[in-house]
Amino acid sequence: MEWPYPVEWDRTTELSADVLVLGGGIAGCWAAIAAARHGADVVLVEKGATIRSGAGGSGCDHWESAATNPCSRITPEELTDAIVRSQGGYCNGISHYIECREGYDRLLDLEKMGGKIRDIDDEFRGADFRDEETKLLFAYDYLNRFTLRVWGTTFKPALHEECKRLGVRILDRTMATSLLSETRRSEAGRGSQGRGRLGGQTDGQPESRVVGATAVHARTGEFFVLGAKATILCMSRPSRLWLFSPELPGVSEFRPPQCNGDGHAMAWRAGAEFTMMEKSVQAEWSGTRSFPPYATGNTHNTWYACSMVDAEGREIPWADRDGNMVSAVSERYRPAPGQKLYLKGGCEPDLPSYEFQGPDILPVDELLAQGYKLPLYADLPSMPEHERRVIWGLMVGEEGKTKVPILQRYSAAGFDPDEDLLQSYGEGWRSAAFRPPERQLFGYPGGLMNDWRLRTNLEGLYAAGDQLFASNCHGHAATTGHYAGRHAANYARSAVSSKRDDGQIEAERSRIYSLVEGGSVLDWKEMNAAIAEVMQEHCGDTKSEELLDDGLTKLRELARHQATGLRVRNPHELVRSLEVLNVLTNAELVVHACLARRASAKHLHFMRSDFPGLDPPEWHKFVTVRLENETVVEGEMPLDYYGSLPEGYEANNEAYVGRESS
Amino acid sequence: MTSKKAYAIVDTAPAEPLSFDADLCIGCNACVDVCQVDIMIPNPKVGLPPIVLYPGECWYDGSCVDACPEPGAISLNSQAKDRVLFKRKHTGEDFYT
Ligand SMILES: Cc1cc2nc3c(=O)[nH]c(=O)nc-3n(C[C@H](O)[C@H](O)[C@H](O)COP(=O)(O)OP(=O)(O)OC[C@H]3O[C@@H](n4cnc5c(N)ncnc54)[C@H](O)[C@@H]3O)c2cc1C
Ligand code: SF4
Repeated sequence: MEWPYPVEWDRTTELSADVLVLGGGIAGCWAAIAAARHGADVVLVEKGATIRSGAGGSGCDHWESAATNPCSRITPEELTDAIVRSQGGYCNGISHYIECREGYDRLLDLEKMGGKIRDIDDEFRGADFRDEETKLLFAYDYLNRFTLRVWGTTFKPALHEECKRLGVRILDRTMATSLLSETRRSEAGRGSQGRGRLGGQTDGQPESRVVGATAVHARTGEFFVLGAKATILCMSRPSRLWLFSPELPGVSEFRPPQCNGDGHAMAWRAGAEFTMMEKSVQAEWSGTRSFPPYATGNTHNTWYACSMVDAEGREIPWADRDGNMVSAVSERYRPAPGQKLYLKGGCEPDLPSYEFQGPDILPVDELLAQGYKLPLYADLPSMPEHERRVIWGLMVGEEGKTKVPILQRYSAAGFDPDEDLLQSYGEGWRSAAFRPPERQLFGYPGGLMNDWRLRTNLEGLYAAGDQLFASNCHGHAATTGHYAGRHAANYARSAVSSKRDDGQIEAERSRIYSLVEGGSVLDWKEMNAAIAEVMQEHCGDTKSEELLDDGLTKLRELARHQATGLRVRNPHELVRSLEVLNVLTNAELVVHACLARRASAKHLHFMRSDFPGLDPPEWHKFVTVRLENETVVEGEMPLDYYGSLPEGYEANNEAYVGRESS
Repeated sequence: MTSKKAYAIVDTAPAEPLSFDADLCIGCNACVDVCQVDIMIPNPKVGLPPIVLYPGECWYDGSCVDACPEPGAISLNSQAKDRVLFKRKHTGEDFYT
């Protein structure tokens, strides 16, 4: 069949903007909106279609850490402290403070754009989790009320509309491929990493400045040269490093398949500094083995705190963090005696913290020892009416990937929440078991290092959302996106225009289109499967210098395959092939980060057989890696490098604190 | 610079994420345009349902179905392995999603 779109391999479009946003998911849309509102001329580049793209495009059922909502009993300082401590200090204090401090501002903003954030239809009047005055609904810890239940299917279209209304130039179906830098020592076309320190500034003259990006159209193959005074990275985090299904690549991982970490790869090649990239957790979800997220009965996240019964209909007991039985349903939504707050609904392996753990059902082996029989079922019919209807109808329905595949499909199959038990598979929210070397960047993984303005170490380059280190969640992406957008717009106002480096542009053009000319038979999926194999064998649960070094050699061998090319028959396959080369780059980045931490660390789920001692105090710090002139440079930062949270925030956000915050 | 032609060749996958009812579908391509993974292409015959070019790349989020103006014209199938058992509490009868 002929390709249905015009084929424009030989066409180049040049655009320039004050602020260039790469990635049009949650963080990217908010960044574009904030920058435009601050007077910047904005271009937004999105690989999919902005209206529903990204992990949060199809929905979101709970908005975490809105600590300034009028019902919250926790301050932003207390909540950030809890999040950071739950991660043993390996956490992004800056970005989570922004999340806690500005989350409610963004919700109010969203409401003005047409997003639904409160129970205006009074569906849940009188419910335990509702504030009657504001009509806000809360999730999990009903006492402290900092996580909101929301109608997240309304969010992405509202953000998309607002971008259009503000005149943001949206380039959908366009994949950003590389960052353009202006470097004093830059040799045209290669090795263009400059020095750069965190904060984007070096003393006196900047040594390396990011001045835009290149991109390619996913339907036409057209090339883009995008000049900008400030660039914001919002392309989420790497995936498909250890888990890959050549048959069903779309569900290899939890996040959408095209959110594969292009942003990390291009930032690494440009010399940006990363931290915590050595952290990965034993896999929790892959669609080739697990059930779809939220599709089975359990007690986690969307399904928190659903009652469960065993195979004989006996009710499964709940306990608090101390093992004390929790008998009433309402008590599942309260901290334990002596506990100030709990963070999430159902404990997550990435949050193994006693201090912040909420009530849950007893572990399966304990249930079996007590004579309970498998399988377990979610017992919605026995839940109080408000709780039943908020789980089945709001949470399942508004959560991403649930409205059509679960709520609508199950209802069509006859599932009735008033009558039916839904089977639970596996334990917790994990419905499949994975081997220890099968790993994933999940929860709060590594990413770009940032300062108090969400700048990276490269001048002109900002980052937001899941691309930041130790980042996670919708509210975090929205708030950091908005924050990076306004700071980037301010910077762009005073930044001088850049000189374009034609050598860099030509080198990138040739890297991309040589794949089209190549005529190779190697499919990108075969390449991705090979990368995952190397990562499982050489960068699995237990690491050592020899294993990692050999892994790097193997990855480089795979990279040499690139010389013979990948099979590209149309622009879609060109984009998939460019993605897998980024997966390869990210695999190398992870291995370098693993080599740089010469100690095992519990909270990073990081074990080195050649350095088995767990958490020696001298390694209680962030280890950073970046490229300089094609050589890996290791560095370090204290875990509390960001200083006092309110002081750091207020010193950098005077105008916002004065005028814009709620 | 290349002048190479581009081709659309339907990929194989051990799953069929989408099905269309050709009687209901008006060929508007709303599903093609909303899909963030871009797994479909418009049908060369205007008015007919799109062609699922890369079925294995589906993320199963259902945005395509949600965007469809003609209810029933497009359906999202689950993977065969993903059918979940549910039990009517009072009769003990088993059903599958
Ligand atoms: C099923 C599901 C349910 C979730 N539910 C919740 C919830 O209820 N509450 C919550 O707090 N969090 C939830 N999350 C997490 C939350 O959605 C993410 O943390 C959030 O979307 C991150 O925002 P982001 O902007 O960093 O990334 P995303 O929203 O994923 O956006 C990244 C964007 O970058 C684009 N992109 C990638 N590469 C390129 C490139 N090279 N060029 C151009 N564009 C590119 C992608 O297409 C994508 O649109 C959920 C996640 C999933 C998968
Ligand atoms: S379910 Fe999602 S990924 Fe699959 S075709 Fe529909 S919109 Fe695309």
